[in-house]
Amino acid sequence: MIKIEKLHKSYPIGKDSLHVLKGIDLHIKEGEFVSIMGSSGSGKSTLLNIVGLLDEHDEGKYYLNGQLIDKLNEKKAALLRNKFLGFIFQSFNLISYKTALENVALPLYYKGMARKERLEIALEYLDKVGLKDWANHLPNELSGGQKQRVAIARALATKPKVVLADEPTGALDSTTTDSVMDLLKDINDEGMTVFVITHEEEVAEQTKRVVRLKDGLIISDEITAIGKAKAI
Amino acid sequence: MFDLDRWREIFQSINKNRLRSVMSGFTVAFAILLFTLLFGVVSGLSNSFKGAFADDAQNSMFIRVWKTSKPYKGLQTGRTVQLKNKDYNYIADEYDSEIQYKSARIFKNFTIKYKNEANSYSVMAVNPDHQFLEKTIMDEGRYINERDIREKTKSIVIGRLLKEDLFGARPALGKRVNVNGSSFLVIGIFSDDGGDNEERKAFIPLSTAQIMYGNNDYISQIALGYNPNLNLDEAIAFGNKMERDLRSKMNIHPDDQSALSVRNMAEANKGIGQFMGILYGIVILIGSGTLVAGIIGISNIMIFVIKERTKEFGIRKALGAKPSSIVAMVVQESVLITTIAGYVGLSLGTYILSLIGNSLEEDYFIKDPSVSPGIVIGATFVLIISGLIAGYLPAKKAANIKPIVALRAD
Repeated sequence: MIKIEKLHKSYPIGKDSLHVLKGIDLHIKEGEFVSIMGSSGSGKSTLLNIVGLLDEHDEGKYYLNGQLIDKLNEKKAALLRNKFLGFIFQSFNLISYKTALENVALPLYYKGMARKERLEIALEYLDKVGLKDWANHLPNELSGGQKQRVAIARALATKPKVVLADEPTGALDSTTTDSVMDLLKDINDEGMTVFVITHEEEVAEQTKRVVRLKDGLIISDEITAIGKAKAI
Repeated sequence: MFDLDRWREIFQSINKNRLRSVMSGFTVAFAILLFTLLFGVVSGLSNSFKGAFADDAQNSMFIRVWKTSKPYKGLQTGRTVQLKNKDYNYIADEYDSEIQYKSARIFKNFTIKYKNEANSYSVMAVNPDHQFLEKTIMDEGRYINERDIREKTKSIVIGRLLKEDLFGARPALGKRVNVNGSSFLVIGIFSDDGGDNEERKAFIPLSTAQIMYGNNDYISQIALGYNPNLNLDEAIAFGNKMERDLRSKMNIHPDDQSALSVRNMAEANKGIGQFMGILYGIVILIGSGTLVAGIIGISNIMIFVIKERTKEFGIRKALGAKPSSIVAMVVQESVLITTIAGYVGLSLGTYILSLIGNSLEEDYFIKDPSVSPGIVIGATFVLIISGLIAGYLPAKKAANIKPIVALRAD
């Protein structure tokens, strides 16, 4: 599903440049539940941005669903994001003046779906994350955990190939963290590829495979206890 | 182009961010309001100028004579020039195609008497065409006609106020009045837009007057209406040519304004036209300046608005929005706001102008100020274009920001 070979990325800082990713090789197959662990500055967010087509890599090769990603313009990138990827952000990134339902329906609007149909589907996904009764509330009327569940529903609404989650529990307390992780596990159990970035061990433990990054390089890549249990 | 979903997005965005939308609309509404008022006031001034000459026909010309002020061909200064019937007939024949209306005039003041009421009035001896040259409006009866001229009838047409002076509420038509000792039949009563003085006059047939005044063929003045098919320049050329022609015919020095002059409304009209042209030019300059200021105002607000929405655009792009869809959304929103705001300003301006109406006519010479449909359409067009520009440039910039940068914005 995701195949990365010798990926490099650096950011210019004044005259110098900061080499963030120094040759990453990673292969994620369909249906995997992978977490990327690393301290701040390890390059994990940069990796996710490149995988999510929100940023471009400098060197190396990146295949998404078998397609080589190279010099995409914004329009093509937007189409690919809409078709293959669902995003979950640490800060939720819901549009503040839209209701929960409208937020979930937004990616379907960009897919070109008719209004009635997309609202039906959006409600279905809200129901799935347990927020059907909150459909017509604005984000600021929801708790952090609820907002993140709305964001998950939004990420799932287009039936993407991969769900990318950037510190999905970073802004949540431990109870809501568990409920969000349970939701991600459920999604994965249904066959969705889930790619999580985190710096919390408890979160990483709940995924099936943990990739550890340090200073722009992969230092370990292991199957977790849960992953082993599922495999058997 | 019509995309119901996109309009829904735009209305939602406007509706949920009312203050922002109102603020950006306000500058445009205000600019258009000023523009409308300015334009209306100038058109009101223009109406007043036109109205000031409404008394006489717009195409009238007057030939006047007095005494020579320059010696010419052995003739001395101070010679009295006299217009006669032959001069009138000469002009009528020679310039037939250039002339629409023509009348000779003789001015006298006489006592007019009916029963015990008597007063001194200005009596003008004229030809039938004079009715159109002075824009005389017949209230009752008729004006002097060709038969009156031919048969030298003792007929008189009196002004509305003259009639009131002598007859009060009693009917005057068909009654006989005494004019300087002769009995005249009242054949008509008129009114005139020129005001009270005009309505205290009386008209009698020219031929009758010439017998009465000493059995000669003298006339005081010749009034003409030039052919309305002539444009202003042609009419001025016609007046000048006729003036030269008459001077040489009557042995008057070509530059002697005192002896013979032609007052041509075409010249006055041209002067007014030029003056109004300059005034409109200034208004267009100031008005466009105001509009430009309004457009710059909305551009500034759009830049701010788009900066504020950068994160939202980042989210939309992450969810699959193409840059073009973001640009289109912002531009459409901007055009909608400018158009609605402009329309509000325009309506408000038109409403204020209609309230002003004619109330400023007396003191400020502003009569019936209004804006023409052409101006309205033009202004709307300018608004749509400016909304496009104001929205497009910042939106294009925002849409090209990388999603990760946009998502980081706060």
